[in-house]
Amino acid sequence: MSGTMTTPASRMAALARAELTLFGRNRGTLVAALLVPLILPFSVYSFTTDMDLDQVGFTPGALILPAAVGFALLFAVYSALVAVYTSRREELVLKRLRTGELRDHEILAGSALPAAATGLGQSVLLVTGCAVLLDMPAPRAPHLAVLGLLLGLVMCAALAACTSAFTRTVEAAQVTTLPVVMVSLLGSGMTFPLQMLPDTAASVCELLPLTPVITLVRGGWTGDLTASETVSALIVALAWTAGGVFAVRRWFRWEPRR
Amino acid sequence: MTANEHEHVIEVTGLRRVYGGGFEAVRGITFSVGRGEIFALLGTNGAGKTSTVELLEGLAPPSGGRVRVLGHDPFAERAAVRPRTGVMLQEGGFPSDLTVAETTRMWAGCVSGARPPAEVLERVGLTTKSRVRVKQLSGGERRRLDLALALLGDPEVLFLDEPTTGLDAEGRRDTWELVRRLREAGTTVLLTTHYLEEAEGLADRLAILHDGEIAAAGTPAEVTAAQPSRISFELPEGYHLGDLPPLGEMGVCGHETDGRLVRLHTRHLQRAATRLLVWAEGAGVELGRLDVRSASLEEAFLGIAREASASRSTAEPSGTHKTHKARGTRQAEKKEYAA
Repeated sequence: MSGTMTTPASRMAALARAELTLFGRNRGTLVAALLVPLILPFSVYSFTTDMDLDQVGFTPGALILPAAVGFALLFAVYSALVAVYTSRREELVLKRLRTGELRDHEILAGSALPAAATGLGQSVLLVTGCAVLLDMPAPRAPHLAVLGLLLGLVMCAALAACTSAFTRTVEAAQVTTLPVVMVSLLGSGMTFPLQMLPDTAASVCELLPLTPVITLVRGGWTGDLTASETVSALIVALAWTAGGVFAVRRWFRWEPRR
Repeated sequence: MTANEHEHVIEVTGLRRVYGGGFEAVRGITFSVGRGEIFALLGTNGAGKTSTVELLEGLAPPSGGRVRVLGHDPFAERAAVRPRTGVMLQEGGFPSDLTVAETTRMWAGCVSGARPPAEVLERVGLTTKSRVRVKQLSGGERRRLDLALALLGDPEVLFLDEPTTGLDAEGRRDTWELVRRLREAGTTVLLTTHYLEEAEGLADRLAILHDGEIAAAGTPAEVTAAQPSRISFELPEGYHLGDLPPLGEMGVCGHETDGRLVRLHTRHLQRAATRLLVWAEGAGVELGRLDVRSASLEEAFLGIAREASASRSTAEPSGTHKTHKARGTRQAEKKEYAA
């Protein structure tokens, strides 16, 4: 053995750099990940004019700003990563990587870095844009918003790996990602406030994966989350993240089915 | 056994691999590879070569038995093993949209003590392709890229799973040459192949896998010597097998006839051939299509496959006969080390 030993960070950086190059070369992923999250907030804004947001004490900004973060997580991180993990498995790249010094979690995390960075950058851009365009005041509890976003990134990467476990091809990913995407769009408070739902439905929706992320980001801005609301949002988010990580360790497929 | 060259770099004992559906791909195999040796695992498709190599590479834990690479369990103690091994899988495993240079740079970032990517590409003759996307490479070029990546970290142990499949004759020769140079530099190489000439020409020792078991092992010469040689010829019109001298006396241990074509198997080639030719001379007979040949690895291989499937279909359910035989060849291995 001679020369420099690799470290987990150096290995993941090498992998992330390659993934970033690949991200730039795939036009389909590029459009879906970069443009969709930028367009969707405008459609939500057009809904808000028909909604009686005052009834639940919401400003349009309090709905759209967290929703924008949710769109970035769903499209730039979750959907993009399902395609990345699936395509690397089908090309036997994951199997090849596992023969080297990279550990399993380094492979998944390193491959996720460019998508996570895109989601993070987009969230910052969208949040700033919303705050300026919708004339919102400065966030009252920014740490909650940051916490929500970070949990959301890890959770979406873990959920993407889980979804990829039962996705055989990149084409199939367009279908297998639908349940999480649709349920989140409708039930996580991204297109309308959950407070508009009957109590039972609302409390079920609070258990969906992206709901606590949206709740924390919104609460971070408005500062009106009670301690118990914050804690229960954190518990739900951590439970989904931990469950996702467990499922990946247990069921993730590193090679194509034969 | 103190000298370095007697150190067992790879040790496999009673190795078994059972897949999820209950299929037993590897059924208790034992062998070892010394430092600086080239060891070939030969076998037909489905014999268990890749299933075995994946266990040596540490991609999966064995279902039974033991694997040691450089003294460590390659699955449980991967951090101790991986920086010292290089792996070439049977099939690619590169993102198709990266160029050759980008792929090599990425892999170099994941290998301790990596050589400069350009140097390794030069070594496998891919320098001119470094800006080409992987998806535009030919099958042979992809194999060479895979070899380049396996060599990046100057590994002490190299696993090559069918390294020359898909290469043309020249590419194959280049790869053999490269593997020989690696051995001279002290690299231990374990390769799988279904090309018999590759194993015969390259390997110091080899094992023939059949149905997940080692059917024969030793140096190519030993494995070949364990097989009978062959004499074949056409008897002229009017002559029968019974007209030959008694077969047992000639040293013939088996025979087949196909019309007038006779094939004799013998472990005493010179005696059998002499008796046959003397007889033909005396009888004034011309033997058509006369062919006298020592056993080749190919015949050994085909013979073992035939024998093994025959014994499987007749009596024993678990192939005790073969296990016994494998034990015999293992003793041959030990003798070799002692020598």
